[in-house]
Amino acid sequence: MAKEEHRIVKGQVMVPYEVALGKTWSMFYDFLKEEKIMGKKCPQCSRVLVPPRSFCPRCFEDMDEWVEVSQEGIVETWVYVNMPFFAQELKIPFISAQIRLDGSDTGFIHQVAGIDLTEFEKVREIVKLGGRVKAVWSREKKGNILDIAYFEPVK
Amino acid sequence: MQRVAITHVAQSSGMESKESLMDFTYRVNKEILDKAGLKRREVGCIVAGSADIFHSGLSCANAFDWDGIGAFLKEGSRAEESAFSFIYGCMRILSGRYETVLVTALVKGSENPDNDPITSFYGDPFYLRPVGVNESVVAAMQMRQYLERYGVTEEQCAKVAVKNLGNALFNPYADRKRRVSLEDVMASERVYDPLKALECAPKSDGVVAVLLASEERAKTLSKKPVWLSGYGCSMDHFHPGDRDLLKGQLPAAAQRAYKMAGIDDPGKQIDVAEVCEPYAFQELLWCEHLGFCGEGQGGRWIDSGMPLMDGALPVNPSGGVLATNPYPARGLYRIAEAALQIKEEAGEHQVGKKVRTALAHSTHGFGGQCHSVVILSA
Ligand SMILES: [Zn+2]
Repeated sequence: MAKEEHRIVKGQVMVPYEVALGKTWSMFYDFLKEEKIMGKKCPQCSRVLVPPRSFCPRCFEDMDEWVEVSQEGIVETWVYVNMPFFAQELKIPFISAQIRLDGSDTGFIHQVAGIDLTEFEKVREIVKLGGRVKAVWSREKKGNILDIAYFEPVK
Repeated sequence: MQRVAITHVAQSSGMESKESLMDFTYRVNKEILDKAGLKRREVGCIVAGSADIFHSGLSCANAFDWDGIGAFLKEGSRAEESAFSFIYGCMRILSGRYETVLVTALVKGSENPDNDPITSFYGDPFYLRPVGVNESVVAAMQMRQYLERYGVTEEQCAKVAVKNLGNALFNPYADRKRRVSLEDVMASERVYDPLKALECAPKSDGVVAVLLASEERAKTLSKKPVWLSGYGCSMDHFHPGDRDLLKGQLPAAAQRAYKMAGIDDPGKQIDVAEVCEPYAFQELLWCEHLGFCGEGQGGRWIDSGMPLMDGALPVNPSGGVLATNPYPARGLYRIAEAALQIKEEAGEHQVGKKVRTALAHSTHGFGGQCHSVVILSA
């Protein structure tokens, strides 16, 4: 009987993309360079969306009004990521959190850091649902989401 | 009104296949046509369920899929969510234009990267990806809220993995076959705390096919056709931060399906459910949203034993997605398994009770952004 064969071909593909940010995201990132977190306010439902969108997905109307929101907010939920995965540039462990910045009506997803992350049990004592966090800025601004380095727990 | 039936079902094992994707696809489609006694040319049209590039390494994967499904010289179409492929196939029967439609979903998960890098590409490259988001991250955020808002315990969530992997031992097509204890699940690595490794679905291979037929044709093709009696679907916002992750669109999808099927007490009228639970706790949350138990009662619901194989409303007797996760095909697997339960052809994982009405559910997107609910009846 012939030996069963399971031959495979290995491959890796790299293809370039150029993704347009559009005006609203571009302005949002320009504001981050000035250490301002800006949302957009819907003329119909009055919600302030962070990150801002050019239109309110709920009301399906243009949003033209920029509103500065607080650099502090509460942790709506969080996860302690201890799993490396391909193409992930953040070093583990890290905390992904959904943060409701004061003056906004949506959850903003970013990292919580600035504390010792090595021991999960200690992290759990500090990072809590409803706990307050505030933005810590990167010294060097690149006009992207990581101009906010992370959010740190407020003591 | 015209009715649509599932007359036949065929599926591959979820384990890694050594066949090429095209051969792997062909085997299952050949099997279903043989079961139905149909030649390829006799099938009305084809609807595929498969995903491009990230899940197949092929661009415009449907072009590649057609030969293995037998779609050559036929009308066909494709969706990336296979529960959508199913309903599109049903609509083609309902249009009156076709007497038979073959719906096939396929993937070789063993050939492509892990779920987490793939699902990180759901996110945009300028906000969600740089901050580390993928499907597991959002699921873990959802789980943390579920635990804290309702006081459901981590052990209660882990019980879903114990139940489903236990059921999978009786499913010859299951991928992950391993008896696990509550302690095993709780002690498995905290990959995305509060999510543990054994609470996350694996990555599986899988081809599944269902043959649909008009009422008249179904009666000549099968002694025991299974009828589509309800369908509902609903989508939520893309951005997880725009939603309450515990109040998604599944109740809306379920209500649409229940209304069409004339179901007003799902916990009593549905005999068995195949629910798409890539993460253990999601089965509890989805069961609440499907109306099997009250809001925040998912933990008590599993403690009660109701969703066990011999319970009053068995959930995932096949082992579900926690046992077998052929990503784009998993929705159609749920539908096929629900049909097998009604046909009494599920083999060793056939539930003990008589099944007249079965529910199949599928979901995709971050934290259950989109849900489909299918009701099948004897
Ligand atoms: Zn609005």
